[in-house]
Amino acid sequence: MKKPNDIILKTVTNVAVVIILTFSINLFISGHHNPGGGFIGGLAFVAAIVLLFLVYGIEKVRKNIPLDFKVVAACGVLISVLTGTAGMIFGKPFLYQTFGFVEFPIFGKTELATAVLFDVGVALAVIGTTMTIIMSIGDDR
Amino acid sequence: MSNNLIILPIIIPIISGLVMIIIRNHTRLHRIISILATVLIGLSAVLLLEQIRESGVQILYLGGWEAPFGITLVADMLSALLVFVTAIVTFCCLWYAFSSIGAERERHYFYPLSLFLIAGVNGSFLTGDIFNMFVCFEVMLVASYVLISLGGTKIQLRESIKYVLINMVSSFLFLIAIAYLYGMLGTLNLAHLSVRVAEAGQGGLMTAVAFLLLIVFSLKAALFLFFWLPGSYSAPPAAIAAMFGALLTKVGIYAIIRVFSLVFYHQLGTTHLVIGILAAVSMVLGAMGSVAYWNIKSIITYNVVVGVGFILAGFASFSEAGMTGSIYYLIHDMIAKALLFLLGGTIINITGTGKLKEMSGLIRLQPHLGWMFFIASLSVSGIPPLSGFIGKVFITEGTFQSGYFWLGAIGLLTSLMVLYSVMKVFMSAFWGYTDVKEVTENKSIRGLLMPIGVLTAITIGLGLGAEVIHEYVDLAVAGLLDPNIYIDAVLQDSLIGWGR
Repeated sequence: MKKPNDIILKTVTNVAVVIILTFSINLFISGHHNPGGGFIGGLAFVAAIVLLFLVYGIEKVRKNIPLDFKVVAACGVLISVLTGTAGMIFGKPFLYQTFGFVEFPIFGKTELATAVLFDVGVALAVIGTTMTIIMSIGDDR
Repeated sequence: MSNNLIILPIIIPIISGLVMIIIRNHTRLHRIISILATVLIGLSAVLLLEQIRESGVQILYLGGWEAPFGITLVADMLSALLVFVTAIVTFCCLWYAFSSIGAERERHYFYPLSLFLIAGVNGSFLTGDIFNMFVCFEVMLVASYVLISLGGTKIQLRESIKYVLINMVSSFLFLIAIAYLYGMLGTLNLAHLSVRVAEAGQGGLMTAVAFLLLIVFSLKAALFLFFWLPGSYSAPPAAIAAMFGALLTKVGIYAIIRVFSLVFYHQLGTTHLVIGILAAVSMVLGAMGSVAYWNIKSIITYNVVVGVGFILAGFASFSEAGMTGSIYYLIHDMIAKALLFLLGGTIINITGTGKLKEMSGLIRLQPHLGWMFFIASLSVSGIPPLSGFIGKVFITEGTFQSGYFWLGAIGLLTSLMVLYSVMKVFMSAFWGYTDVKEVTENKSIRGLLMPIGVLTAITIGLGLGAEVIHEYVDLAVAGLLDPNIYIDAVLQDSLIGWGR
């Protein structure tokens, strides 16, 4: 079979993936007050990896990201549940959240919320689940 | 005040299940963790039971968001009792699974899936919000979809397609019913729903929604709409079938009891009469099925249907005696049905067939198994010293008190048919000549017998020691008969509570 001439596709992808990944992190962080959050951020992140799948093939990507995504999903949910239990240690209800303002050298006054930790878990769960689904239906085996 | 203890029966199985997924290849660790998890759930349920006995209904507002705005978990006596029995049943089923489920299924997440199933079951028992009940139903169902098809034998795949489709339809109807409720009443918190229904009056439209919910729960509980049950529950291996038979239908029953005692209790003449009729029909049809079949699995699955009918017959009478009987019988039925499924599975394991006409004389090979089956049979049909008896007496009394003589009579009549159906199994499997091949005699089934022994001991203990749990059952019944106990506990601090 002749090798397809996909130089344009590959070049665009190399740039686009970086943009998509950055955007997904932006979506994730903005989620606390604006539209976004762990779920959407995670989905956008997966979109970048799917693009790599389409261009470079599933085997190559799997070799470069040697993660069992089922475990990623499990870790994600585990993080979310455990951040929920953190409040219980301080005598607060399950899933209790709090926030505070911290002075950072460059960023200035920044809001830090414990809900972000929960959202990290959500993002990992979404990434893990979606990747597992795509990799199992995308496999030819 | 929020009580964090209530969340434990839900998050313990989730956390341990997730840990097991991460350490996938250590099945020995999986066994230890899953047993530990069920023990911990049982312990937290015991603590919860004591707290409820001492200081009433326990509440947890997740994240500190108060009812009716946030997610509320409510543990009243009924929920806590069911969570406790669930832990016992799961413990025994998992123990049974150690030596029966097979390495392949263990490696493919059997234990995590069972624990996720339990998380869903416990969540459904403990939630104080009808939408979360839907969510927990889904958690439970998704786990059960995988469990029912795990292993991928032909019969499992065929039955799982039916099972998934039926449950999809019922979940869909559930969502529609919830949307109607929210559209009419503007809330989904059960306590708040109850207040609003009482204020607005349960008119025709509201009763129609109640019936829609009844259809949904009946599909899950196998109340009359049980056409899917005998097939699906006989497909998976015994340990899984036991968990399904003991727990999944009971979640539907719990939902019916909760919703029709807390929210829709204003039109007893329509809704509860219909529940009574459905209960009678499922008792009769289930008993006919169990009498007619000559296959162990079919007989046991039809017995599940009879049990469901019987529990809800007591509830339909809506009298104190009837409710007491229902709760006693509900607890008994969870234990006894798990026991029956495990016994049936063991018999099939030994003889290699489910057909009664092809087996005989097992009592010579397995005397313990034989006698335990005998005890289980008596217990299921409600013979006095065992756990089924007390529930049966109260349910019959309750139906007679409320004037539903036909319902009580059908209950008693079907008990006889149940007795015949299980005795049929006992006589053909254990009596007669021993013609099973000598090879099977050496097969060790000690690991299978021990959990069965524990369940048998519990069913005897529940019968002899009915007095011990009487206080708890009484409190549960009081909560069902007076919805204000539940409502006051949930809405204690909120504006709605003051405004009332």
